[in-house]
Amino acid sequence: MSDKKFGFSIHSDRQHNLDLADKRLYRKIALMEPSLQRCIFCGGCASTCTASAFTQMSFRLISLHLRRGNLKEVKSYASKCMLCGKCTMVCPRDINIRHVIVLLKKEFSGNEF
Amino acid sequence: MNFVCNTDMTERLKKKVLIIGAGIAGLEAAVQLMNLNYDVEVIEKENFYGGHVKQWFKTFPDFQDTKPLIDLIAGKPDNLNIHFGSVPGFAEEQNGIFHVITDKNLHIHADAVLISTGFELFDAHRKEEYGYGIFNHVITNADLESFFQNGFPETGKLSLRFGFIHCVGSRDAKAGNLYCSKVCCATAVKQAIEVRQHFPDSEVYCFYMDMRMFGKQYEELFQQAQEKYGIHFVRARLSEVNQNFDQSLLIKVEDTLTSKPMKMSLDYIVLMSGMEPSVSSQSIATLFGIALDNEGFIKVSKPFIAENITEKKGLFVAGTATGPKTITETLNDARSAALAVHQYLNSK
Repeated sequence: MSDKKFGFSIHSDRQHNLDLADKRLYRKIALMEPSLQRCIFCGGCASTCTASAFTQMSFRLISLHLRRGNLKEVKSYASKCMLCGKCTMVCPRDINIRHVIVLLKKEFSGNEF
Repeated sequence: MNFVCNTDMTERLKKKVLIIGAGIAGLEAAVQLMNLNYDVEVIEKENFYGGHVKQWFKTFPDFQDTKPLIDLIAGKPDNLNIHFGSVPGFAEEQNGIFHVITDKNLHIHADAVLISTGFELFDAHRKEEYGYGIFNHVITNADLESFFQNGFPETGKLSLRFGFIHCVGSRDAKAGNLYCSKVCCATAVKQAIEVRQHFPDSEVYCFYMDMRMFGKQYEELFQQAQEKYGIHFVRARLSEVNQNFDQSLLIKVEDTLTSKPMKMSLDYIVLMSGMEPSVSSQSIATLFGIALDNEGFIKVSKPFIAENITEKKGLFVAGTATGPKTITETLNDARSAALAVHQYLNSK
């Protein structure tokens, strides 16, 4: 006998709802590092990332999830960064990515999300 | 015997060019041809000159007022021979002379004809799912320009949320238009900035398929919109617009970069209507017996080297009658058309 139960299950809503999104952290970081606002999500940062070969790290996704208010994801990605700074060197919009990550790591130290 | 040339004689020897359409292309070509000493007559279906540009508030990327720009192009309008409110009703060509009769029974005999009948703004009603004409606060880029010019309707709200929808009627097989209208991306960025200037507490989102900021200073404008004005750009194609109980508009898109569906409420939706071949171009093509291209614009005889020459001798074309163009491109195209007309009449 399998443990599987028959019937319907309820899925949680996986939509982004921008009406409810918490954009306070994005606004705070954007104030301290305004270049973040120039991101066009090209993924140059993620393709050159030394950490991405072994982990889920992607600055493109950090930039996006920050805007959507998904702070759990942001925290998880940011924790994988080794601050090597390669992403900052390849960014076509000249965003100071390394600084953004440092600011995020500071925000997250001691804070639970 | 010396050949004496008096003014009467030169007047009579002046060759005549008929220009159909007094938008910026027609005006620019008219002024250039007059400077080349041709007798120019213009017919215009509306009661004003300047075409679509006249109905626009400001230009991109430099936020220039359109009115002084049109005045600059037209020069001294008194010198221009424009017949307003008329369209050609009959046309025939005999031994290189075009005989055109307008709907007001005006007979014009011209050595060359320049078609500058421009474009038509895509009718946003056709994208029914976007709710234009159904919901009050769904407007088009042209409506927004008239709001900038004549004032916004009272909303009673200070912090408004605007959403700009790119590619309405362009790059859309369902609308029957596969081509890119070229100017809407830059227009959306320009209008988004103007909205932020007009309503400093507003939030502005742009929903795009691709950002096509191809021209000089356009990309810089895009960066400025992001960094200085905090405008959000979301890579997503709008599915449909609904209305919430509080009369605000609910949109559903896919946030393609996180691969998740996304929804949000907006106070205004601005549809970036694209360019379509004008009805006038089509009727004039039929009248003169020239072909249209696959997209319905006037067909040019050879790409690259003869963009202003139609398949019919003595018949020329300038501006957006051959496809979407920016103001800069339209004016350059009109000058190049004037030169093509000049070369033709000079060798005739």
